[in-house]
Amino acid sequence: MRKFIALALTYAIVQVLIMTNVISGYFQATLVTVCINIILAVSLNLITGFTGQFSLGHAGFMSVGAYVCALVTMRISTIPGFILGVISGAIAAAILGGLVGLPTLRLRGDYLAIATLGMSEIVRIIFLNMEITNGAAGLNGIPQFINWTWLFIFTAGTVLFLANFVKSAHGRACISIREDEIAAEAMGIDTIRYKVIAFIIGAFCAGIAGAVYSSYFYFLKPDLFGFLKSVDVLVIVVLGGLGSMSGSILAAILLALISTYLQSFPEIRMVLYSLILVIIMIFRPQGLMGSKEISLSVFNKLGRNKLWNITKSRKGGL
Amino acid sequence: MEKLLQQIVNGITLGSIYALIALGYTMVYGIIKLINFAHCDIYMIGAYVGYFCMTFFKLGLLPSLLIAMLVCTLLGVLIERIAYRPLRNAARISVLITAIGVSLFLEYGTMFFVKANVRTYPEVTGLLAQRFKIGNIIISMQQVILISITVILMALLQFIVKRTRLGKAMRAVSMDRDAAQLMGIDVNSTVSFTFALGSALAGAAGILVGIYYNTINPLMGVVPGLKAFIAAVFGGIGIIPGAMIGGYFIGAVEVMVAGYGNSMYRDAVVFAILILILIIKPSGLLGKNTREKV
Amino acid sequence: MPILSVEKVTKSFGGLAAVSNVSLDLVEGELVGLIGPNGAGKTTLFNLLTGIYMPDTGTISLSVDNERIPLKGLRPHSICQKGLARTFQNIRLFKDLTVLENVLIAMHQNIKYGLLTSFLHLPAYKREEGKLVEESIELLRIFDLDKKKDEFAKNLPYGEQRHLEIIRALATNPKLLLLDEPAAGMNPAETANLMDVIGWIREKFDLTILLIEHDMTLVMNICERIYVLDYGMVIASGTPEEVRTNKRVIEAYLGEDVGNA
Repeated sequence: MRKFIALALTYAIVQVLIMTNVISGYFQATLVTVCINIILAVSLNLITGFTGQFSLGHAGFMSVGAYVCALVTMRISTIPGFILGVISGAIAAAILGGLVGLPTLRLRGDYLAIATLGMSEIVRIIFLNMEITNGAAGLNGIPQFINWTWLFIFTAGTVLFLANFVKSAHGRACISIREDEIAAEAMGIDTIRYKVIAFIIGAFCAGIAGAVYSSYFYFLKPDLFGFLKSVDVLVIVVLGGLGSMSGSILAAILLALISTYLQSFPEIRMVLYSLILVIIMIFRPQGLMGSKEISLSVFNKLGRNKLWNITKSRKGGL
Repeated sequence: MEKLLQQIVNGITLGSIYALIALGYTMVYGIIKLINFAHCDIYMIGAYVGYFCMTFFKLGLLPSLLIAMLVCTLLGVLIERIAYRPLRNAARISVLITAIGVSLFLEYGTMFFVKANVRTYPEVTGLLAQRFKIGNIIISMQQVILISITVILMALLQFIVKRTRLGKAMRAVSMDRDAAQLMGIDVNSTVSFTFALGSALAGAAGILVGIYYNTINPLMGVVPGLKAFIAAVFGGIGIIPGAMIGGYFIGAVEVMVAGYGNSMYRDAVVFAILILILIIKPSGLLGKNTREKV
Repeated sequence: MPILSVEKVTKSFGGLAAVSNVSLDLVEGELVGLIGPNGAGKTTLFNLLTGIYMPDTGTISLSVDNERIPLKGLRPHSICQKGLARTFQNIRLFKDLTVLENVLIAMHQNIKYGLLTSFLHLPAYKREEGKLVEESIELLRIFDLDKKKDEFAKNLPYGEQRHLEIIRALATNPKLLLLDEPAAGMNPAETANLMDVIGWIREKFDLTILLIEHDMTLVMNICERIYVLDYGMVIASGTPEEVRTNKRVIEAYLGEDVGNA
């Protein structure tokens, strides 16, 4: 209950701020970026932080979602068309997620990372050379459907669904894979199935993020979704803490603000990001939040059902 | 037929570059099980050092080559010391993320200082500009030098690894770090030495590429680095002859695809090879399957 | 029909036969021991039974409700679902999760809600989770670990970690339980307690138990039959008395000279 009140409040406040133009056009773009990054970060966190599968190809899933949605909405420029676009973009991304997941599943951490990177690059090169995506010139004039309401629905929806998933038995199965894959198998958990599930869900959400991107920024080209984009998301997840949903949200907001501030100095931004990665890994590998979550016990003085929180602190990353 | 032979020559040239870079990847992975993402950027630094040597200091090929190799050696050892050694016993993913960070730092740091635009190596003159013609096949002096220097360096590497104590220490630490330590081997210096060797080779590759292809930019290492890594995986990651074989194989494949097929998909084919190897035989051509003890 | 039937199983690693032509049978309800010097292949045999390794030759089958289920080629999670659970020699708990979470994960097969419910936390989720938690706590009570249910597994003392291993295996609802050195690192008092508990769970959960142990007190006291492995081969089998006086067994453990003395 408390959750819903907090969410409704957030929605209302921002909506008012937008309508009264406190949050003007420039900041609106930042807001959209923050929300897209939140969706990307929590979904990558599911794959890498909770299930322990190091994926460097998240941008590939996003780009599939973005392009498919754009191609649909450019032909059916209505709200139902938009909804269709988002759904088909997400599903297309999810299918890619399953395809990526299946063969790469028995690879060890670093190999898996390279394989996912390779897959994402293959996707980028394919989009670069396809006619329907207009190759390097990209797609322009994509109908814009994203407003705060849609944005809020997608962002809050993704975060809620994923947070719920992680607290369920299926989420626990994913976490057990990260903890000790062999023991998890021995306890009856189909590790292959759950790894694929994690990839599919993660990719689905990244697809949504991509659809949101194309339906707001109205211009797409393949190079937007290269390795650098995957690294961007990785930095957010690492900074926030692998295995912490609230950490991802915090870090997404923080880094979006930094990004916007450093917009005119892209090299400095990247140097800063790279230093963040190195320094965090050496000095605080659990990131800002470790694997703890911000609990709403600030608003709730009663005791918590321990199932709600997966609270632990970890050292040493995965 | 002649086209094929020409492609073979080009393939060997490209393969030499990939082999030099792949050797660094494979040695580092062999010794500390790390995919050194920053390796390709050491290659890039080598190219830039060579550029500055030859353009501003007007040095010749050999001195520039040596200076580039020296700078890269120092840089590689420094990176290992600062970024990787503290994480020697951490989870593999942590070091991998750190390596990505170092790579980005080198790329964008360089971009910040020398600007992103492409630089051009000075025109080659005299001896270097010669071209040989065998039938209709053209081999440039640059290619000859590139290939010969590569061969010399690889032979030197083999000698060091097989015939010297440091080389033996490298092999021991790759096999079993703790046992090597118990036998009195200084793991830290051995690891540093490995990085030094790999980085020197990458630096050499950088300046040779600068001379051969003429233009350099801060992000020049990314794609070749990835391909060289794929070459190392193909030949068997951690296995030195594997990196050499892999390098030439990938070079040949790339040249063939570009020459006979669609050059747009040239890169995609190399990535596809990676996916295939990882699915069919992740340990690579010369690799053995090792299993986790339960 | 024996509950577990292992016939002529062999497994080699790069030319070295870790397990060589091993055959054994377990009758339902038995408590059987598997002993042998270090490196004899006991844990390898467990790994073969649970599907972590694939036998080079031979067959392994489980009989449940008079149905014979071949296990060779099945993945470990399927074998677990068919009723074969195990503990690990070098404890493989989920160290950064709580005691309760460790058990909950092992209860995975009892989950009756699907993915959709888990996204939406529908009423079925709350119901099922409540049940699971209750059942898990029941199990934890066996070893008095219910009081520590919110502790991180890595913070438990060694003996309790071993207990948790066993509870986790029990949570998977097995018919056949493989215990890999359950008493390792325990003092005599703890071992005595363990012996009682093993007997108790066999009764209560209707189990057949095969255990690997080096602690001869435990083995000789509670095992009804014993198989002895050496260099990957079964060199003796029988009652504790028979095995104790078997010349080959004595030689394997103590060396030939003593055997001939």
